[in-house]
Amino acid sequence: MARIAGVDLPPNKKVEYGLTAIYGIGLRTAQRIVAHIGINQSKRIKDLTDDEITKIRKLLESEYRVEGALRAEIAADIKRLIDIGCYRGHRHKIGLPVRGQRTRTNARTRKGRKKTVSVYRGPRGERK
Amino acid sequence: MSRALKKGPYVDAKLMKKITRLIDSGEKKIIKTWARNSIIPPEFVGFTVAVHNGNRFIPVYITERMVGHKLGEFASTRTFRIHSGTRKAEKEREFEK
Repeated sequence: MARIAGVDLPPNKKVEYGLTAIYGIGLRTAQRIVAHIGINQSKRIKDLTDDEITKIRKLLESEYRVEGALRAEIAADIKRLIDIGCYRGHRHKIGLPVRGQRTRTNARTRKGRKKTVSVYRGPRGERK
Repeated sequence: MSRALKKGPYVDAKLMKKITRLIDSGEKKIIKTWARNSIIPPEFVGFTVAVHNGNRFIPVYITERMVGHKLGEFASTRTFRIHSGTRKAEKEREFEK
């Protein structure tokens, strides 16, 4: 079982795809890592030698920011925006899209599941 | 598309002139400005700029971490009232009745 950066890698996948299980490693970075260390492309995670695993670990530690460190960095960036009181920080705080997207419809990723808002009617049933 | 690097950051020239004058004289005065699209250069740190939001001037105290943002980002042009259907809105309705 290969455990790198605190994540168990899926043993039956090819290395370049398996590495993407790590937060912060996408396919591009995974491919670059595989090429850099010189691992056979068709090799599976379970067939990695201990030596190769150590090499990957070392490379991740020195060159890339992954998992907790990356999450912390992103959180700090957002916190900075909120603390200086700028527009983007405000949007983060109230959980709406930050980059000028429409919010009349869509924006469900930021706003979460749809909540229906009932229409208020006056005493005689007129809309307000 | 982002701004061409060779032009450098856009800083409102008049505002910059006023700030440099303040730096030279060592004074700290609030400067009113409409230049919401001006970037905040490091020279502005420590000054208070009153940024127009279309209605009023919002005083913005510039800190180090605001450098590189635009002045307008700190003076909202929107007034957020209350959503219908929230508890607060309900209270408001009772007043109306």
